[in-house]
Amino acid sequence: MATTLPQQPAAETGGGPVLEVKDLSVEFPTDDGVVHAVRGVSFALEPGQVLGIVGESGSGKSVTSLAIMGLLPRSAHVRGEVNFRGRNLLKLSDKDQTGIRGKQIAMIFQDPMTSLNPVYTVGWQLQEAILAHQDVGKAKAWTRAVELLDLVGIPNARERAKNYPHEFSGGMRQRAVIAMAMTNDPDVIIADEPTTALDVTVQAQVLDTLARVQENTSAGIVLITHDLGVVAGVADRVLVMYAGKSVEIGETDAIYYDPRMPYTLGLLGSLPRLDAKGDEALTPIRGAPPSLINLPPGCPFSPRCPMSRPNCDSDEPALRPVAGLDHVAACHYAEELAGDVAAAEVFQTTEADVQALEELDHLGSLAEAEAEAKQAEERA
Amino acid sequence: MLSFIVRRLLISIPLVLLASVLVFLLVANSGDPLAELKSRNPPVPQQVIENREHELGLDKPLPQRYVTWLGNFVQGDMGETVRGVEVRPLLWQRLQITLRMVILASIIAIVLAIGAGVLSAVRQYTVTDYTFTFAGFLFLSMPVFWLAALLKEYGAIRLNKLFGQQVVFTVGAETPNLTGSLGHRLADYAGHLFLPTIALALISFAAWSRYQRATMLDVLSSDYIRLAKAKGLSRSRVMTRHALRNALIPLVTVVAIDTGAIFGGAIITERVFSWQGMGALLVQGVETSDINVLLSWLMVTSVIVVLFNLIADVLYAVLDPRIRYG
Amino acid sequence: MADTRPKAPVDQAGEAQELRRTEHGAQVHEVAVGPEREFTVAARSQRQMVLRRFLAHRLAVGSLVVFLIVVILSLIGGRFWRYGYADVVESTAELSSPPSLKHPMGTDGIGHDTLAQVLRGAQKSVQVALMVAFLSTTTGAIIGALAGYYRGWIDSALMRFTDLVLTIPLIAILAVLAANVAEKAGNWFFIGLVLSFVLWTSIARVVRGTFLSLREKEFVEAARALGASDARIMFRHLLPNATGSIIVNATITVAVAILLETALSFLGLGIRPPDTSLGLLVSAGQQAATTRPWLFYFPGLVIIVIALTVNFIGDGLRDAFDPTQTRVRA
Repeated sequence: MATTLPQQPAAETGGGPVLEVKDLSVEFPTDDGVVHAVRGVSFALEPGQVLGIVGESGSGKSVTSLAIMGLLPRSAHVRGEVNFRGRNLLKLSDKDQTGIRGKQIAMIFQDPMTSLNPVYTVGWQLQEAILAHQDVGKAKAWTRAVELLDLVGIPNARERAKNYPHEFSGGMRQRAVIAMAMTNDPDVIIADEPTTALDVTVQAQVLDTLARVQENTSAGIVLITHDLGVVAGVADRVLVMYAGKSVEIGETDAIYYDPRMPYTLGLLGSLPRLDAKGDEALTPIRGAPPSLINLPPGCPFSPRCPMSRPNCDSDEPALRPVAGLDHVAACHYAEELAGDVAAAEVFQTTEADVQALEELDHLGSLAEAEAEAKQAEERA
Repeated sequence: MLSFIVRRLLISIPLVLLASVLVFLLVANSGDPLAELKSRNPPVPQQVIENREHELGLDKPLPQRYVTWLGNFVQGDMGETVRGVEVRPLLWQRLQITLRMVILASIIAIVLAIGAGVLSAVRQYTVTDYTFTFAGFLFLSMPVFWLAALLKEYGAIRLNKLFGQQVVFTVGAETPNLTGSLGHRLADYAGHLFLPTIALALISFAAWSRYQRATMLDVLSSDYIRLAKAKGLSRSRVMTRHALRNALIPLVTVVAIDTGAIFGGAIITERVFSWQGMGALLVQGVETSDINVLLSWLMVTSVIVVLFNLIADVLYAVLDPRIRYG
Repeated sequence: MADTRPKAPVDQAGEAQELRRTEHGAQVHEVAVGPEREFTVAARSQRQMVLRRFLAHRLAVGSLVVFLIVVILSLIGGRFWRYGYADVVESTAELSSPPSLKHPMGTDGIGHDTLAQVLRGAQKSVQVALMVAFLSTTTGAIIGALAGYYRGWIDSALMRFTDLVLTIPLIAILAVLAANVAEKAGNWFFIGLVLSFVLWTSIARVVRGTFLSLREKEFVEAARALGASDARIMFRHLLPNATGSIIVNATITVAVAILLETALSFLGLGIRPPDTSLGLLVSAGQQAATTRPWLFYFPGLVIIVIALTVNFIGDGLRDAFDPTQTRVRA
């Protein structure tokens, strides 16, 4: 399936993207059939850039990140290219991949409660990460570990390093995990829903830490999340995923203010916003994402799309430039969304409640309704 | 950590006390130690029976008998058997014999269980896994007395023929009137221990290996293992330092809980190999309705099991920092 | 609800289509949104799913078949076989004879037909095991439910008693108890009672655990708010959640009961002569293991077959009720 990668202006450092994913596909055989978790995803990450990958549960975003890291179970069928500094990671031996993991590409997982090994101290685990890739002595590694904990904002780092993970709070644990990702100055950091399991206030701290990390290391960051608010504050570019495919890619502002794919529009419309005019109803997207086992032909969003036309059910739209070369979307009718289209214009607001309330008002009390019904019967 | 141990100790004491009550209720009502006396022909005069009853304290109310017995027991007085032999030294001697088998078999079973469980988990759904799983199921379903008898009848002869002399014994825990150097004695013990310990170990390892496999699978799919791999650690390091280290912890609890069961298995195995250990003592006590023997037997066994559980608790706390201050 | 919207048109498939009016700029689109396209795999009831998963377990299903055959044979086989378990052959030539057409499992030194004895022994063992499974499951489930739901002293008492049962070796408890009922010596029913007395604890623990973990859930609160009585909550809402564990545990109890009963009989403390048990048969046959192996092997193998099939069934059931590991075909 031909896709057009958005053409981005070349980064200042030159040398091209540090991570380039081309037509990545992942399939899992299961008892119920083959699950097409990822169906041809492509993107490029420049050094020092933050790419936000957004999508619902089951859209394939986590699987994409695991495929890049080579952490999928052996039964998974992976196709395509993951080019890191020119080398295709998918073709590397397990040994070579292990060499890159944690050193040049680092990963942060979602649940800080379970990410850290409960039987070793936090400092020990950081030290281990350092010793695995750097040729230094244990003492030096420990010092560095403490430094890193300090860098991510853990108070009293020297003492805290001797604590076990269960003695850290959720936010601190996640920051420790971020510190671990930083240890070897990676070129790419993949953060898979780093704030999902945390309170909102803690989220801010963790994102702040991530930003600081980027300043320090000028690494490229792939931030995977379903939270549009998180992405808005941090990402330079956004990739929207749906049913295993990327359906829109562009700069953050472009995506937020000029979405060209109905799904993106719907996502944005379902967010409550501070600048909304008071009594505007939210526009949820009705229905659920399709099963990735029996995907019918055509656009996977079509059944839930208010703009769907007959050809949407037969031809799956490819990613194509819609507003400048670096904003691409996968929709046959992306043009209709040009200009400032509000989600409420395309999607139905939640109206059932309003109608029911009107009906009740109209009926008055139950007794009156019964009386009316009885009268109607007698008349009949 | 110390406070943890002390607290655990304190909890154990009521448990042992409760066990003593149950044990007493169980035994005091079982059978009649005077049955043999009463059924003699020509009949023994009633006065003699009543005297004996009074001697044994059987004419007093139950709670009083309990307190008297408990008081004596904690001071080390375990009374005499129906034949007048002192219970305590007898019990101690038998206990040593049985403990040899129990401890050795447990160690072997633990090693086997870890090996089989971990290998099964790491090579899930391969031939290795299926073989170990089947072996586990087989030994889980095998009565220990049958396996013991099988090893005894077939194993002994074959092994001894192989070595040209009798290295493996099937009767008793040691050769009677054994003398000689420590090495010679140990070799003799080993020869007697060999077959019964294998029988007991094989039966015990089965359940544990299934559990270990499940635990290992759980651990292998956990987030921290994924992170360890993402850190770029070598596969062997992830397996040993991270996976195994966590997977072995629950086994401690499982083994501790099964201590009573292993004792039970030992009793049966002893019977097959005609050992004069705790098993023989129990059967003898039951057959002669010997209250003192049964009471002391059950109490001592309970104390040992509670002790083993205590050790296991401490070991668990050492291995898992989350428990230490709980 | 009065429908103020225009009547929905019907398309070729006969399905009513929802009309949506969307206003987009100056244009008005009337877009037909088709019936919710069902992309997911067909939904099944939970019972169906459990059954389906169990049937996919060929080993468990095979074991179930074998087990049923053995149970039926043991329960009624004795009636059809030409020899009774206490019968003694007339001709001395048939004493201690190896398996033959006339005596498929051979004979022993006294002249008993081994097959008849094995059938009888199996019958006793199966009877005991089934009775124990039923009794201990019912008692255990009830006590566990009460303990988990009401907590308080019932719970403490249960936990203490369970600890005790774990502390003292089962064989020892059973030995002492069995001796207690020595007057009704060796009657399988009383052996079954004795075993049930000890084995109900494991199921009680499991049910207690389930009840404890679920009693704080919202659906229980909702039921209470609707005025459901305690009994109704326990039986209609909480108990079904424990069904899986109960069934699996009951299966395991069958296997444990068989092994314990035969062990007791082996020690001479269980079912006694003139009746017979597989344990007794093994005990009698062990000396002859090398000279007349049929006396040793057949009873032992029958025990193994019963316990093994039950264990496989239990494993299959456990997987069927709780497949936490998705089986990915290689």
